[in-house]
Amino acid sequence: MNSIKRGQHKASFLNGILRENPLLVQVLGLCPALAVTKSLETAFGMGLLFTFVLVSSNVIVSLLRKLIPEEIRTPSYIVVIATFVTIVKMFAEAFLPELYSSLGVFLSLLVVNCIVLGRSEAFAGQNGVLDSFLDGLGNGIGYTWAISLMGLIREILGLGTLTLGKVFSFFGDPLKLPILKSTTLDALGNPTYDYSISIFQNPAGAFIVLGLMLAIMAAISNHKKAVEKAKEKALKLEMAAKAALEGGAK
Amino acid sequence: MEMIVSFILAIVSYMLIDNVVLSRFYGICSFIGVGNKVKSAFSMGLAVTFVIMMATLVCYPLYFYVLVPAGIPFLDTLVYILVIASLVQIVGLFIKKYSPALYKSLGIYLPLITTNCAVLGVVQTNSDASLDFLTSLANGLGTSIGFLIVIVLFACMRERINGYNIPKAMKGVPIALITAALMALAFMGFGGMVG
Repeated sequence: MNSIKRGQHKASFLNGILRENPLLVQVLGLCPALAVTKSLETAFGMGLLFTFVLVSSNVIVSLLRKLIPEEIRTPSYIVVIATFVTIVKMFAEAFLPELYSSLGVFLSLLVVNCIVLGRSEAFAGQNGVLDSFLDGLGNGIGYTWAISLMGLIREILGLGTLTLGKVFSFFGDPLKLPILKSTTLDALGNPTYDYSISIFQNPAGAFIVLGLMLAIMAAISNHKKAVEKAKEKALKLEMAAKAALEGGAK
Repeated sequence: MEMIVSFILAIVSYMLIDNVVLSRFYGICSFIGVGNKVKSAFSMGLAVTFVIMMATLVCYPLYFYVLVPAGIPFLDTLVYILVIASLVQIVGLFIKKYSPALYKSLGIYLPLITTNCAVLGVVQTNSDASLDFLTSLANGLGTSIGFLIVIVLFACMRERINGYNIPKAMKGVPIALITAALMALAFMGFGGMVG
């Protein structure tokens, strides 16, 4: 009994991270994924705030799931979510002003984020508090790594440099790493080398990066399915051959 | 006269240059989800236009004449989402009573609009940037017409793409996003049109 329960907890936590990744597999929450991924740090910050909102709203919805009448389920969930979004907004404005200004209206738009509402509807409304907590955490981590990866790709390709410590400025001056574009200037004031492609900082670049990431995920899952099918087919052929041999022996 | 000119320029700028989907990234979910068929895309666009205009008209006075004087402007998001959710309900009931044909074509899209971030996005930017009433209206009108144009154009393209043989992994959302990327590139051409 205990091990079954533990298995369920583990599944609630792990599902959201890779197998049912909210962005890359379920293709939800596209708006913030496209809008806040100009740089790695903004994307990561958004992921953290998103995870907080998701975990807390999941827990509260799960606690209240027997008290909320069926008919007004969705409005009640939205009120719970909006409360946490307001808290997060005030927190970010006070302690992470750089992040707050670069996220802009997308922090408020967490209220209508399909993932947050979807997890409340599909999971927290029917499951226990611990499972809902783990589900929120797993989905939050899954979303955070996906948009951080997008931010990393877009920042490196689009700006050519990687800036760390600008948004989370608790550790002193920001660190600017040269990758595709040097940070030292030549005599004319131009960077010594510059291979950045500025389109990746534009909206079009966001669409391209996300489209290719989803295509790669689809290719991987198609490949896995094909391999499984081939294995099944081989097994069937083997069985058939065995049966034929046995029939021949008789 | 000057006011009218600036009003029209603001609408054009919100509609084409700062397009709601292709440069501000609001309402991507319904853009990708509904932009499959031209007919449903058009209905969705109309429904969104309707709700955005209503929400702008209701939320503007609510923020500046109720929330701010009462000293609780931080509750704006919570109030807006409740207003939008109830507006969508009322609009649905109203259309059902007076125009069953319209309800039939808009019906299933109406509940989806509550969670369409274009509506909340417009209302929230209006109060975040403290726009005046006329600019707020322009924002609402420009955004919703921009949404309508882009979703219908996008649906036209996707109807064509569905007939072609594209790589299996690109089918569905990935190719839709690449299409949107090309559209965004094209819309960048409008940049700098309104000084």
